[in-house]
Amino acid sequence: MAARLVLLPLAPPIKPPHSPLQISPSLSNSNSIFRTKSSTQSPTIPITMAGIKVHGVPMSTATMRVLAALYEKDLDFELIPVDMRAGAHKQEPFLSRNPFGQIPALQDGDLTLFESRAITEYIAEEYSEKGEKLMCPGCKKVKAITKVWLEVEGQQFDPVASKIAFERIFKGMFGMTTDPAAVAELEGKLVRVLDIYEARLAKSDFLACDCFTLADLHHLPAIHYLMGTDSKKLFESRPKVSEWVKRITARPAWAKVVDLQKH
Amino acid sequence: FYIKSMAGIKVFGHAASTSTRRVLLALHEKNLAFELVHVELKDGEHKQEAFLARNPFGQVPAFEDGDLKLFESRAITQYIAHRYQDQGTDLLPADSKNIAHYAIMAIGLEVESHHFDPVASKLAWEQVFKQIYGLTTDQAVVAEEEAKLAKVLDVYEARLKEFKYLAGETFTLTDLHHIPVIQYLLGTPTKKLFTERPRVNEWVAEITKRPASQKILQ
Repeated sequence: MAARLVLLPLAPPIKPPHSPLQISPSLSNSNSIFRTKSSTQSPTIPITMAGIKVHGVPMSTATMRVLAALYEKDLDFELIPVDMRAGAHKQEPFLSRNPFGQIPALQDGDLTLFESRAITEYIAEEYSEKGEKLMCPGCKKVKAITKVWLEVEGQQFDPVASKIAFERIFKGMFGMTTDPAAVAELEGKLVRVLDIYEARLAKSDFLACDCFTLADLHHLPAIHYLMGTDSKKLFESRPKVSEWVKRITARPAWAKVVDLQKH
Repeated sequence: FYIKSMAGIKVFGHAASTSTRRVLLALHEKNLAFELVHVELKDGEHKQEAFLARNPFGQVPAFEDGDLKLFESRAITQYIAHRYQDQGTDLLPADSKNIAHYAIMAIGLEVESHHFDPVASKLAWEQVFKQIYGLTTDQAVVAEEEAKLAKVLDVYEARLKEFKYLAGETFTLTDLHHIPVIQYLLGTPTKKLFTERPRVNEWVAEITKRPASQKILQ
């Protein structure tokens, strides 16, 4: 049993810096958060057993999507790392949280959710009075139009953008080589989507309406990765898209999500 | 004086398209009057200016209710489910104001969208629509995609052992979104993946026998 504990990294929960429940001094050094030797470190046990827990990792785009919503709402939460390398996401207990074996999963009290876009919608509704508004207030028509652009991100933008991020960034991390032909083909598809966004953003400041909504937020993780690659030219060469990218990535809540990656 | 038409609903699409059918199902479930404006896909009408003004992504369906214009079938069905909640079948969870219950249904909407449909649609394309266009089914792709679908359906089987429908005890949008593609797959060898799982088999029988599900096949 003891040998097994050594092999499975049991990283303590990460408490975001702004939370009143501080992690113990030995863990406050950011380098130690992912360290696996745990015998001399005693993490502070959170006082509240309930509260929001996110099972995921800061590098994962889907996890980042959820973290962005939580930070926008100024909600306290714990980020509980999932050991992807050990395949923890494909085993129990994670599979009980998401039978599809993908991060993130979220617990809020005794409610367990998965699928990042269902989670963000839950956060926006359940905590509608807290922090930033993530849905346009007011009439049902605007809500219907927001749903259109939420679908657009999920059906038109993300499948392409995610594949480009995989080719340009994640393949390298797994010792695989970028396929330039694949990148070219995918970028060809992305520009058609971005041309539509350019026309749309000429009519309103954000995709669904004149206020920031989940429809914009859902794009942030893929955009964040692509803006660190050559693909950024596709965004920068379109004036309205470029302004929109600058506006949404400058949000303080997003900076906090990005900051988690640096630890 | 001018009386505004109550039935100002128009669907711009194709009666055989799975995404158009998703919207037609919602309308039939609610007994809503509407006009289906045919878009001639084989002439590329969906890629021409008049249609692109309705959906810049050039895909059917597009939708109008009075002066509200929408596209993306799953956004349209959600609009219909909310706007006309009190008419016909309620497509939202029984206690729809309960945010946690709604979130459970929303998970199912995402699962259909990201796990089920991409795979099921490829299988329908290979085995049904390619035939219509005189192209050949790629059996290697079929085998690969069936392996993925089997894994998804295993999760569904476990889920449906606990609940009558995917989001709980009542039929919701989550179940509805699956119907058009499933109807096509039941006419292919892929049918066995559904019939060999007892609870999935029962669920498929339930959702496809609904009057609205029969209407879209006509």
